[in-house]
Amino acid sequence: MSHFLDRLTFFKKQVDTFADGYGVVTNEPREWEDGYRKRWQHDKAVRSTHGVNCTGSCSWKIYVKGGIVTWETQQTDYPRTRPDLPNHEPRGCARGASYSWYLYSANRVKHPMVRGRLLKLWREARATLTPVAAWASIVEDAGKRASYTSKRGLGGLIRATWDEVNEIIASANAYTVKTYGPDRVIGFSPIPAMSMVSYAAGARYLSLLGGVCLSFYDWYCDLPPASPMTWGEQTDVPESADWYNAGYLMIWGSNVPQTRTPDAHFYTEVRYKGTKSVVVSPDYAEATKFADLWLHPKQGTDAALALAIGHVILREYYLNRSVPYFEDYARRYTDLPMLVRLVRKGDAFIPERLLRAEDFADNLGEANNAAWKTMAFDQDGQPVVPLGSVGFRWGQEGKWNLEAKESGGREVALTLTLAGDNPTARVSFPYFGGAATNGFKATGHGDVLTRNVPVRNLALKDGDTLVTTVFDLMCANYGLDRGLGGNNVASDYDEDKPFTPAWAENITGVPRHHIIHVAREFATNAEKTNGRSMVILGAGLNHWFHMDMAYRGIINMLVFCGCIGQSGGGWSHYVGQEKLRPQTGWVPIAFGTDWAKPPRHQNGTSFFYAHTDQWRYETLDVAEILSPTAPDGDWSGSTIDYNVRAERMGWLPSAPQLKQNPLTVAARAKAAGLEPKDYVAKAVASGELDLSCHDPDDPANWPRNMFVWRSNLLGSSGKGHEYFLKHLLGTSNGLLGKDLGAEGRERPQEVAWHDKAPEGKLDLLVTLDFRMSTTCVYSDIVLPTATWYEKNDLNTSDMHPFIHPLTAAVDPAWEARTDWQIYQDIARAFSEIAPEVLGRETDVVLTPVLHDTPGELAQPYGVSDWKRDGTTPVPGRTMPTVTVVERDYPGLYAQFTSIGPLLEKTGNGGKGIGWDTRHEVEFLRALNGTVAAGPAAGQPRLETDIHAIEAILSLAPETNGEVAVKAWEALGRKTGRDHTHLARPKEDEKIRFRDVIAQPRKIISSPTWSGIESDKVCYNAGYTNVHEFIPWRTLTGRQQLYQDHLWMRAFGEALVTWRPPVDTKATAQVQGRHANGNPEIVLNFVTPHQKWGIHSTYTDNLLMLTLSRGGPCIWISESDAKRVGIVDNDWIEAFNTNGALVARAVVSQRVNPGMVMMYHAQEKIVNMPGSEITGQRGGIHNSVTRVVMKPTHMIGGYAHQSYGLNYYGTVGSNRDEFIVIRRMNKVDWLDGTKPTMQKETVA
Amino acid sequence: MNDWLNNALFGWYPYVALTVFLLGSLLRFDHSQFTWRSGSSQLLRRKQLMWGSNLFHVGILAIFGGHLVGLLTPVVVFDTLGISHTFKQLLAITFGGAAGVACWVGIALLAHRRLFDARVRNTSSFADIAILLVLWAQLTLGLATIFVSANHLDGSEMLRFMAWAQGVVTLQPGIAGLVADVNPIFKLHLFLGMTIFLVFPFTRLVHVWSAPIWYLGRKGYQVVRTTRSVTGRPKAAVAAPKAAAAPAPIWVPQPQPAVGDD
Repeated sequence: MSHFLDRLTFFKKQVDTFADGYGVVTNEPREWEDGYRKRWQHDKAVRSTHGVNCTGSCSWKIYVKGGIVTWETQQTDYPRTRPDLPNHEPRGCARGASYSWYLYSANRVKHPMVRGRLLKLWREARATLTPVAAWASIVEDAGKRASYTSKRGLGGLIRATWDEVNEIIASANAYTVKTYGPDRVIGFSPIPAMSMVSYAAGARYLSLLGGVCLSFYDWYCDLPPASPMTWGEQTDVPESADWYNAGYLMIWGSNVPQTRTPDAHFYTEVRYKGTKSVVVSPDYAEATKFADLWLHPKQGTDAALALAIGHVILREYYLNRSVPYFEDYARRYTDLPMLVRLVRKGDAFIPERLLRAEDFADNLGEANNAAWKTMAFDQDGQPVVPLGSVGFRWGQEGKWNLEAKESGGREVALTLTLAGDNPTARVSFPYFGGAATNGFKATGHGDVLTRNVPVRNLALKDGDTLVTTVFDLMCANYGLDRGLGGNNVASDYDEDKPFTPAWAENITGVPRHHIIHVAREFATNAEKTNGRSMVILGAGLNHWFHMDMAYRGIINMLVFCGCIGQSGGGWSHYVGQEKLRPQTGWVPIAFGTDWAKPPRHQNGTSFFYAHTDQWRYETLDVAEILSPTAPDGDWSGSTIDYNVRAERMGWLPSAPQLKQNPLTVAARAKAAGLEPKDYVAKAVASGELDLSCHDPDDPANWPRNMFVWRSNLLGSSGKGHEYFLKHLLGTSNGLLGKDLGAEGRERPQEVAWHDKAPEGKLDLLVTLDFRMSTTCVYSDIVLPTATWYEKNDLNTSDMHPFIHPLTAAVDPAWEARTDWQIYQDIARAFSEIAPEVLGRETDVVLTPVLHDTPGELAQPYGVSDWKRDGTTPVPGRTMPTVTVVERDYPGLYAQFTSIGPLLEKTGNGGKGIGWDTRHEVEFLRALNGTVAAGPAAGQPRLETDIHAIEAILSLAPETNGEVAVKAWEALGRKTGRDHTHLARPKEDEKIRFRDVIAQPRKIISSPTWSGIESDKVCYNAGYTNVHEFIPWRTLTGRQQLYQDHLWMRAFGEALVTWRPPVDTKATAQVQGRHANGNPEIVLNFVTPHQKWGIHSTYTDNLLMLTLSRGGPCIWISESDAKRVGIVDNDWIEAFNTNGALVARAVVSQRVNPGMVMMYHAQEKIVNMPGSEITGQRGGIHNSVTRVVMKPTHMIGGYAHQSYGLNYYGTVGSNRDEFIVIRRMNKVDWLDGTKPTMQKETVA
Repeated sequence: MNDWLNNALFGWYPYVALTVFLLGSLLRFDHSQFTWRSGSSQLLRRKQLMWGSNLFHVGILAIFGGHLVGLLTPVVVFDTLGISHTFKQLLAITFGGAAGVACWVGIALLAHRRLFDARVRNTSSFADIAILLVLWAQLTLGLATIFVSANHLDGSEMLRFMAWAQGVVTLQPGIAGLVADVNPIFKLHLFLGMTIFLVFPFTRLVHVWSAPIWYLGRKGYQVVRTTRSVTGRPKAAVAAPKAAAAPAPIWVPQPQPAVGDD
C-alpha cells in the first residue's frame, strides 16, 4: 500500500512495552529492510580463489545472482587439523574481499583493443597483402613502425574483433619466426602457482613455437640465492601452521600481519602458547606488535647483526661448551667437517676449494666422479669419502644418502675441528666493512684480516697441501679467539673486532646486550627442543644487493643450532607464491615437453638488463665488489661482461641465442657435413655463428614480439621503468642519466657498443589482462581475459598444503575469454597462417647446464672460458648444450590441444629423478577422450581448461598417490633406502578437479619437495633430508656453508661476511640540477609490500583506494621531513639519474631517519600528476630504480650452482638505491596539455 | 501589475504550489523511498559545514517559525493577548532580522563551499545548487523587506499579509487583491516563497518532512519490531505475552549428535 499511510498509524504503532517501559515493541513497516536483504541474496555460491601473488591462496565463496557476481566471503570448510593445532581458518583479507569490484568496474578490459595507428596500417596493408606479408610491410618500414611504437603509453587504443587481433598476432609471430627465429618471441608471465593453467596456456603456445619464457622469481628478487647455495633448493619453507610448533620465533625483514594476513593468526596463537617472539625491523612495521623484543638495526645492516649472533652461538655452544645435539647435527647434515685446501697468497694462506677424492693418488678408490666427491677426516683422523656428495648422485646408484658412512660402507663420525695437536697457519679473510658509502658506517679494520687456523698437511697428487675443516675456517671467520694466537680474533664480546656484538652494535645500532641475549635464547631453546627455533624472513632482507650475506648469516644461526628440517624450526622465507605443488605434472603441459624438449627458458633479470639497455648506464664497477683476497687471475670487465661470459660458458641461458636464425643452423651443419652439436661448437668458436649476447643492440638480436599475461610488468616489477620505456618500447620517458658513451666512461669488453642506443626493440607488445593496468596502457594489443571468478584453474601456496581451484562462477563478461582459450585461438590462427612462410622446421636450441641433471658436473675445479682461453668449446661442459628440435608449425594447434607422445616414450619426472607414466596417460585417454584425426590422432585431448587441470592432477605425485609411490621408488634407487612408506597409505588416492571444488584437499608427500604431509608433523623444509637421510642437492650433499666455486672466492663470499650496501651513484649527478627552490635531501629508497594491495593489483580498486590515501605516497620520517620543510600530505618529487616520480608525503614516526618507504607498485593510472622534472605523468616506484647484478649469481655448471628456471641466476635487487627528495611547487595533472621536459639547470 | 496577473500569481499560483508541494511530497515518499534524504556532503568535507550548516539551520528554523506563527495566527488572538501591531511588527523586524542575518551568513558559507570545493561541486546535482541559490535569493529579499517595513511600523502592511495568507489557507482565492499594491519587493518575496513550495518535492528539501522531532518524545530505549508476515505487511497488533505468564525455560535439553566434531 502506501508508505505514507503506514506512517499515519501513529497510535497503533506501539504494541507493547517491556523492561519497565524502557523497551517498546512496534509493528511499524519493515519493507525498507528488503533493500539490504536483496543486496545479499544469491542464486548460488561457487568456490574460487584469487590468482594473485600473495601466498594466501585462500578458498572463497563467490556469490552469483542473476548471472552477476555480487560479492564474496571466506570459505570455512577446510579440513580440521589435529588436536593441539589451531585450524587454518579464517583465511582471507580485505584485498580479496574487494575483488568482485573489478568484474564490472570501468577499469575492466572489455574488448580486444589495438593501438589505433597500428590497426589502420594493418587494415591498409591487409587490403592487398597476405597476413605475413602485411606484417612485414609494416615493421620493415621504419616510419610506419615508429608511428605506433613511439606512441606507446599515450592512449589511442581502439576496439577490434577477436579474429582480427588473432590474425595480427599470429602474423607477427610467423614473420618473426621466419625472419629472425622463434627465440625472438618472448613471453613474460610470473608465478604459475597462482593460476597454473593460465600460465601453461601461454607457455605451451610459446614452447611449441620455440619461443622463450622468462623467469620471474629471480627477476622479482624474491629468489634468495642463499637457498640454492646452501641447499640446492630454489626455496622450500615450512607452512604457516608450523609456526605454532616453534619454541622461539624471530621475524626478520618480513611483515607477517600485513603481507601474510591470512596466516598471521598462527603467530598470534603460538604467542598464547608461550613462544617468545623477537621482531627485527628498522621501521616500526605492523609485525612489530608481535614483539617481545624489537630490534631495529639500521636498514641494510642485517648481516652484521646475524654475524654477531652467530659469533655468540659458536662461542657458547661449540667452543666453551659442547652441545651433543648441535655437534651431531653439524657432523651429519652440514659441510662443517668437510676439508678445504689452503693455498699461499702473499705471506699468508687463502682458503681454496673443497678437497676431492680425485686429489689423492689413487682417487681413494673412487671410480665414478672422484672430482665431485668431497672429503673429511673420520674419528681416527683418516681422510674418508663420506656418502652423499654430488659425485654419488650421478653415474652410480644406492649410495647417495646421508647415512654416517664412508664410501666403503664403514660407519664414521666425521671430525669437526683440527684444533688440538695440529699446527696452525695464517689464513687471510677479506673484510669489506672498511669502506661504506651513503651514511652506512665504515670501521677501520683493514681490507684483509689474517687469523690463525689449525691445519694438517696431506700428500696429494699435486704435492703437499695444507687442509683444514670448514668448521675451523668458520670459527676464524667469525673472529673467535680459540687460543691459537694471532690477531683479529676476540675472546670478549666487548672487543670491537669483526664479528663481535660490540662490532655489530657500532654498525647496526642494536645494543650488544640485546644481541647476546637473543643469541643465547635462540640457541638455548634449540638445544632444549632439538631445533625448534625459527626465523621468518623476507623481502626486507632479500631485496638488498648483498642479500646473500644477510640470508647466509641467518641460515648459519639455524644450521649451527640444528633447526633446519625440524618441525617448528628452520628458515621461513616468504617472498612470492613460488610453491607450485603439482610441479612435475604441470611441466609437460606448460612447456610442451610432451611434444618436444627442451623448451627455451631465459632468466628475466639478465634479459631485461641487456634488452632495456640498463647495462649502458652501469655505475657499479665490478672492481668495487671484488675481494682483496681474490685468487690470481684476470678479474677485469663490467657486470655485463661477466654475464656474457656466463652465457657463453653455458652457465646462464641466453635469449635470443644466436644472431643467425636457429631454424637455419641445422641446414648449415648439414652443408658443413657435421652433427649440429659439433657444428655449433665449431662455428661459435670460429665466428661463423655469433652469440646474440655479444651484441644485444644489433637489430638482428632484438626481442621482437612479447607477450605479457598474468602480470603488470611495466607497472609493478619492471625495475628500471624508464629504461624499459626508452629502449625496449621506444616511447616517451623520464630517463635523467646519460650512458657510458656520453659520460666517456669505460665500456664493456665483451659487448659491442653502438653510439646510438636502440629505441623501441619490440615490434609488438601483447598484454592479456582483465584490468587496464599500466602495462596494458603501454601495449600494442590488449586482450580481455577472464577474471578469477570466470575461469577454471588451480592455485597452490607454500603457506599451507591445500590445492585450491579457481572455478567459473559466471562466464567471462563482455568479450573476455580465458587465457587457455585465448592462446588456443592464437595457436589456431598461427597454424592457419604459418604455411605462408613456415612448414615443418628444424630448430637448434641452446640450453645452459642445468641443475638436477648429470650435466651439473661440468667444471669441477677452475673456470674455462673458451673465448678467453682460446680452447675449443665443448657443448654441455664449457658452452651450452645443443639440441635439435623438430617444429611442426602448421600442426601447432593440433599439438596444443592434445597430450603429445613423449610422456609415454620418455616418462615423466623432476629434480633429478624419473618414472614411467604410461598408466597416467592411458587414464587421461579415457578421462579426456582421444583426438580422432590429424597430427595428434589417438592422443589424449587437451582442449578445455578442465582437460588441462585433470592432466596436471593425474601426472603429479602430489595429487596422484600411485605416481607418488613411483616417484619415491625412483628416489630410493638413488639413495639406496626405501622411502615409499611416505606415500603408500595414499597410493589409491587420486585428487581430481571436482574433489578440490568440493572441499580443500591436502597434497600427498612427494620427493619433489623436502617436507612431508602427515597427521603428525606440519610441512617443514628439509624434513626428509634430516629424517629420511636424503642428501641436499649440493656439492657436498649437505647443507653447504662454504661456497668453494672460484667466483665465490674471488668475490669474497666463500664464507658469509659483512658487506655494506653498494653505491649506485645515482644522486650526485642530479642533485641541485633541477632546482625548484625547495630544499632537497638524499635518502635511501626502500619499497616494501603494502597493506592495500597485492603488488599493483587492488591499488586501482575503489574500495582499497578508499581505505588508503588513494594514490601514490611515500613514507618519510618526521626529522627528515622537517629538515626540508615537508609536511604531511605535501606533494613531493623523488628523483635520481634513473628518473623521477611524484607522490604525496606520509610523515610518520614509524619511519627511521635516513630512508623513505614507498609501497611498491602503486599504479601509474590512479591519481598520478606530472613530474616537474620530466614533464611526464608520474613515474612509478621503479622510475628511480635500476637493476644491479652480482657476478656470483651467474655461476653455473657447478652442482648446486647450476642454472634452473627461477632456481639460480641473477636477481633484480633494488634496495641499495638513493634518491633526492623535495617538495613540489606545482601539481600538474596534465589534463589536455602536452608534456614537456624541464631543462637541466646547473647548480 | 494588471489584475489578471495579480490574481494569477497571488490568487491561483498559491494553490498550484501547495498542490504540487503536498501531492509531490506524497508521491515521492511512496515511490522513491531511497531518494528521500538530505543528501549531506559532510563526509566529503567537514570544514565550513560546522558554521555554515548550523547558522543556516538555526536561522531558517527561527524564520520559518516566525512566518508560520506570524502569518497564520488569526489577528484576533494577538488583539486578545494585547499585543499591539506595532510591537508585533518590531518583534518581527528584530528577531526576524537577527535570524535572517545568521541564516544569510550560514547560507553564504554553504554556497561558497558547494560551488568552490571541487569534491562537493562535482557530487552536486543541478537541484542541489539551484535550491541553495534560490534560498539565498529569497533570504536576501526577505532581509530587504525590513527596510520597507521600517516605514510601516504601524503593522498595516503586516496585517494585509496575514489576511492574505489566512485567506489562502481558508480557500478564498479572491483575496489576491489584498496584496495588489504592496511594495514589489514583497511581491517578489511572496512569489519566490511559493515557488520554493513548488519545487520542494523535487529537491533535497524533502528532508524537512522527516525531521526526527518525534525522537524528543520517544518512549523506550530499545525498540523491538514485530516479526514480518510472509506478505511483508505488519502483523495485526497482537498483544505480546504479558510478563504475568509463566517464564519460558531458559534452556531446553536438545538431542545431541553422538560424535562431537569441533
